[in-house]
This record gives sequence, structure tokens and C-alpha cells, in this order.
Amino acid sequence: MEYVFWAVALASLFLLPGQHLILTEIAWLGLFALSLDLILGYAGIISLGHAAFFGLGAYVAALAAKHGIIAEPVLALIASGIAAALLGFATSFLVLRGSDLTRLMVTLGVALIMREIANQIPDLTGGADGLQGVRIGPILGVFEFDIFGHVGYAYCLAVLFALFLLARRIVHSPFGLSLRAVKANPLRGSSVGIPVNARLVAIYTLAAGYAGVAGALLAQTTAFASLEVFSFERSADLLLVLILGGLGYLYGGLIGALIFKFLQDWLANLTPQYWQFWIGAVFVLIVLLGRERMGSWIRRALPRPKGV
Amino acid sequence: MLTILFDGIAYGMLLFVLACGLSVTLGLMNFVNLAHGAFAMAGGYITLILVNRMGVPFFAALALAFLASALIGALLERTLYVHVYGRSPLDQVLFTIGLVFMAVAGTDYFMGAQQVFIQIPSSLQGRFEVLGVGIGRYRLFIIVLCGILTIVLQLILMQTRFGSRLRASVDDARVARGLGINVNAVFALTFAFGSGLAGLGGALGAELLGLDPTFPLKYMVYFLIVVTVGGTSTMTGPFLASLLIGIADIFGKYYVPRFGAFVIYTVMIVLLLVRPQGLFARATR
Amino acid sequence: MPVALETIGLQKHFGGIAAVNGVSLQIERGARHALIGPNGAGKTTVINLLTGVLSASAGRILLQGEDITRLDVHRRVARGLARTFQINQLFLDLSPIETVGLAVSQRLGVGAQWWRMVGSNAAVVEEAADILEKFALADVMLERTGNLPYGKQRLLEIALAIACRPQVLLLDEPAAGVPEAERRDILATVAALPADVTVLLIEHDMDLVFSFAQRISVLVNGALLLDGAPDEVARDARVKAVYLGEAAHA
Repeated sequence: MEYVFWAVALASLFLLPGQHLILTEIAWLGLFALSLDLILGYAGIISLGHAAFFGLGAYVAALAAKHGIIAEPVLALIASGIAAALLGFATSFLVLRGSDLTRLMVTLGVALIMREIANQIPDLTGGADGLQGVRIGPILGVFEFDIFGHVGYAYCLAVLFALFLLARRIVHSPFGLSLRAVKANPLRGSSVGIPVNARLVAIYTLAAGYAGVAGALLAQTTAFASLEVFSFERSADLLLVLILGGLGYLYGGLIGALIFKFLQDWLANLTPQYWQFWIGAVFVLIVLLGRERMGSWIRRALPRPKGV
Repeated sequence: MLTILFDGIAYGMLLFVLACGLSVTLGLMNFVNLAHGAFAMAGGYITLILVNRMGVPFFAALALAFLASALIGALLERTLYVHVYGRSPLDQVLFTIGLVFMAVAGTDYFMGAQQVFIQIPSSLQGRFEVLGVGIGRYRLFIIVLCGILTIVLQLILMQTRFGSRLRASVDDARVARGLGINVNAVFALTFAFGSGLAGLGGALGAELLGLDPTFPLKYMVYFLIVVTVGGTSTMTGPFLASLLIGIADIFGKYYVPRFGAFVIYTVMIVLLLVRPQGLFARATR
Repeated sequence: MPVALETIGLQKHFGGIAAVNGVSLQIERGARHALIGPNGAGKTTVINLLTGVLSASAGRILLQGEDITRLDVHRRVARGLARTFQINQLFLDLSPIETVGLAVSQRLGVGAQWWRMVGSNAAVVEEAADILEKFALADVMLERTGNLPYGKQRLLEIALAIACRPQVLLLDEPAAGVPEAERRDILATVAALPADVTVLLIEHDMDLVFSFAQRISVLVNGALLLDGAPDEVARDARVKAVYLGEAAHA
């Protein structure tokens, strides 16, 4: 079943050239949601500020290109991922202790601080108007970005696939199993010798790195970055994306991104200015109807990560 | 500098009136209501319509804003919130975020996206000097009104039967139920009252904080900070926390404008790390 | 005999209440030691202090002569201290083989490997299956833990502690909540533990205590009332008063 998913994705590269721009958005949004799944679906950490890492990745990539620090996009991508991972590592100790509410507050706070930092150095970040004049070099020195988004989509899809494979490896490993245990019962986890905090720091750092890469993809495919990459709406919408697809089985983020983008597109066509209202209504409805029920029919179609 | 202190106190007291409803809701039902700011916004816009468009006197409009917000709160609580009480924090967060988005977009649709200003009666406009300290009339009004409200709230909490039922329910809902206290009714009433207070705060605060459809999102953080720093088991906790944040924010914005906002966020994070249960919460929690 | 586990003046305060008030225990290596006392005496608190789930207000804890008072829970496990919980603390969504496998791989130092598939390490799988076999859980090893009957869950609880190959094992009411018919399995398992493993047992079931223990400590209101051989404890008037007094009030 998994092969079908990726076969379809690959096919869309060749068969749906007119949709590549929106598919590109779905690709990096899917990666962003995947990164949230790693911490929320697998480690049980609620975050309202995941955009902090996304935004940092976006700005690192955009600035690297604009100022010619790193002209080649893939290298810039790696740099963004590392930068975001470092931020994740630095802030990971904040989410180790405390209740869910504390984690919400703290992650929100970090994202707000990042946004404020970006706001306070407009010479560097372009402030509220965003970073202008960003020119992205050709990928690996060979593939120029084109205005139809073909190269962009192929690029995003390739990155998504590679990182997905890595994530898949990790969650099916002993490390991944220990994460599930820690999420299920941290007390028991530590009582059988699992260093709970170390595991959480590791996955939080990795997830932050993934989010940073997603942000870099956004910046590179649109040649733009603005304060909005750190916004609360982005973190909140991300939660919805992941919830739509379902937590804890890796494909949730990708499927959720698909659903969310189509939903958003359709709503924006209906009410160009007020689609946020209907997104809000979707949030409310999903909770009222029950997340589990909504996600379960999707999950039955795809394999759950099995143990032995 | 004393003027700034005065402004900070006014801001802090306003913040308290706005946030205390959230604090009680969280302490009572462990419910994270991120949409609390929407009730404040409702109060603000209702007052706007009453005063600017219908010519209702300001003070009467304030009272009406309180009542209207309380009613909206009661209505939403009975129809929507009641379905998500036992749910996980994630569900509650999603639910209330959804409500905020709806409120923000809805207000934008009906009232437009621009910032609006409520016509304040001339008796409250301007400033006067007392011992060399500039006192704004409106800010003084806020301090006085919020001060009275705080005292009234404390009296209700401590001296009335409802107050003792509320305190019991916050302390331990299971035991309170066992004693025959209708915790759900207490909660419904408190939720409505808290929403009403938020609405009043929103109406009062339009002048100070600015009123536009993004109000609930802009100030959500502040309410959350008050609640997490002040704790949810007392009322003095959030009160002191609000004053602290109000003063810190104003001082920060005045003296170090570049870092004004950071001060608040950093303070919050540090405090959450050091004392996850809040600065003023009881030690046994 | 060398001392495997020792506490010196262990104390734990909650607000103004001293849940554990100056407890000094010495448990010899290979001992079969029971900790008994009326409800609320603080027995589980002592276990929580020993394992690090709670941090001591005062006093010291020594494992094999080394001070572990400030160590994190998981580090104490690595040093050879394991426990079971009074109320099952299991990973309900995982299967028994996954659960035990986790403990085994963590002990072998390969628990953090992220590049290989779970189940690809033959040594881990073999040992996990072996342990489950010993605890009569082999037939359900692939089932979801949450779906297992309580008795089997209780056995898994103990199996999990054993999987850590502890030198000191703390059992918190292992027979609690287990139906009479399945108690025998639990008792047999406890009796069959390796002789070099030091076992501290908390139990209310006096038959189990007296058939198992070589030494009994009596905890009352957070302090040790008596520490001695089973017949000493059984004869002691104060112990009788504490238990009978409790029965008289009940």
C-alpha cells in the first residue's frame, strides 16, 4: 500500500504538470506536518509553536541565497535543517517538564520570541514586508528553478521522500519503540532504564530539523520569506493538518497536507477573505465529531508501524 | 517614571479583569480556553455599537457589554463547550483555536478589519497633575473600576455561599461533588461571569489596547501568561501576576522599546521552568 | 553477608507531613526481605524513594555500597535496581514481546539504535521470548498488552522487572488485585527468583509474606517499628496491636 502512495506521488510529477505549484506546497507542508508527527504522534509532546523551527529554516535558506553565502540550494537546505535542529536542541529542555499546558505555553512563547526577533531586525529580515530580492541558484548547479514549478516540485518531492525514508527507519527502530513507550507511560519507561529526557531531546531536535528543512523548501520554491513564517496561525494550522491525516503513523502528515490544501483552496474560492472562518469551523467540527473516528478509516487503509 | 508606573498599574488591573475568568475556568475544570479573548472582543465591539452608533451613555454601555458577553458565554458554554470538558488538552486547544478563528473572521466580516475607537465621555478624557505625576483620567477610571471589581470579586469568593462552593470546586471537584455541590452549575455560572468580565475588560481596554478583529489572537498570550504565572488556585495570584506583567510590559516598551516584547515572553518561559505551577500558586500543588 | 541495599535516615516530607520519617534499612545480598505495615504506613513511598520516583527530603540510599540518593530513575535501573508497581504500569498499546524487548535492549545498551528494525537483533528477541516463556506469557506475546487479562498483565509486570536483570528487585504488592486462582502463579514466580537476586517485597497477604520472607520490617506511620525474623515479628505485641488495633477500628 505504501508503494502505491509513492508511485502516485511520482506519477503526479509527470502526469499533472499544471498542478505542480500547489503540489509543491503540499509537499513541504507534508514534511512540516511529518515533523510535528514525530513529536506529537510519537513522543506525545504538544506544541503550539512548531513554526519557530520552520521559520528559522525559511530565513536561513532565504538569507543564504540573497546574500550569496550559500548559492547552491541543497547545501542551504542542509544548513537550514542544522540551524533549526540547533534551535530545537536549545529549546528542548523547556518541554521536558511540566504539563501539557506548560508545553503549550512554552512552545508558543518560543515561536513568539522568534517572530519578535525577526521583527526587530528588519534590516536583516525585511520585517513585516518580508525579504525581497531573493534569487535561488540552480539545484546542484544544474537544475534551474522554473516559473511553472516543475523543478521545484521534483526537488520538494525528492527531499520529502528522502526524509520520509529516514523517519520511517527511525520510528521502526528500537529508538522509535522506546519513544512510543515513553509516550504511553513515561514512569514505566524510566523504570525499565529508558533515559526518557534524552529520548525526548533527541526526537525534538530531529523534528525541529525537519521543520527547518520544510521552511527552507518554502523559501526556496517561492524565493521569499516574511515574518508570517513564525506566525501562530501557521503553528495552529499545522496542528489541524496533522489531525486531519491522523497522528502516529507517519503518513498522517502527508495525507493531512493533501486534505488541508484542497480544503483551503476550495474555501478560498468560496470566500476569498473569510476562509479562516471555515477553517475554524473545521477545527471545531473535528473535535466535536472525535479525532479518532475521523482518522481511523484512513489508518485502516495504511499499515500501522508494527513491532516485531 | 511614576506616570509610567501608573500606566503600568492601569494596564495590569485591566489585564486582571480580562484574565481572571480564564484563570478560574482553568483551575475549576482544567479547561484551556484559548478563545477567552473572543469574549473580550465581543464586549468591545458591542460597546462600540452601543456608544458610537446608538448613542447609549458610556457607563450604561459598559454594564450592557458585561451582560451581553456573559450571556454569549453562557450560551456557548451550554451548547458547545460542554461537549469537550473531559477531552484531552490537545482537543481542547484545537476546539478553542477553532472558535477563535471563527470569531476573528466573523468580526472581520461584520465590522471590518480596521482598528476602531469607542467614544469616551469627556469626563474621562485628558489628564491632570498630582504632585508632579501625570494622571490620565481614563486610566484612573480603569484603576478605580477594576479595583472595585477586584474587591467585589474577592468578597463574593470569600463571603458568599456561592464563593465557598466555587472555592471548594476549584480545590477538589470530586470531593465537592461528593458534598452535594453542583460543580457543573458552578462552572456554568463562573464561565458566564468570567466571560462577562472579559467583555467588560474588552470594552474598557479598547482605548488602551486597541480594538480590531485580531484582538483575541494578539492578547491570547498575555492572558495565558497571567494564568500560568499567577496560578489557578487563588485569585490573588493572577491579580499580582497581572500587575507584574502590566508594569513590566509598559516599562519594557518605554525604556527598551526594541526588547519590550521579549521581556514578557522570556519572563514567562523562565517562570514556567522554575515554578511550573505558577509563581503564586500554593506550594502543595 | 554484604549489604545489597541500605537506607540511612531516609525522610520524605509533603508539606508539613512526614510520610517517611527516618527509615534506616539494611538488606543483605540474596535476602528475601518483606516490608509490611498498615495502609498509609508509607511502604510505597519508600519504594518510590528507593527507585528515585520521589526525591528524598533527607537521608541516603546506598546500592551495593554506592550512594544513589541523587541518581535519576533510569540510572538506578542501570545500576541493578528494578521494581514492579502496585497498580500495573505497562505500555498498553505495545505487545509483551515489544515491552520486554525494550527492557532487554536497553539493558544491553542497544536501546537507542535508530537504524535497525525492531526485532532484527536476535539476541534481544531470544532473551525476551525466553523471559516470556518462563512467565507463561509465550502464547500471548504478540497480543496488545491492554487486551490481556489482569493476571497475565501482572505476570508481565514482574517479567518486565526481571528483564532488567536486577541485583535488587522491589516488588510492590505483586499479588494485589489478582484473582485467587491466579495467585499461585504469582507466588510460584516470586519463589522461583534466582537466589543471588535480593528481593524486597511489600505485601498485605500475610500467607505470602510468611512463606516467602526470611526477614521482615514493619513500617508504621513512616517509621520502622521492628525489623527481624518472621517468628519474632509474628510474636511481637506491638505489631499485633498495630494490626489488631486496625482491625478493631475497621
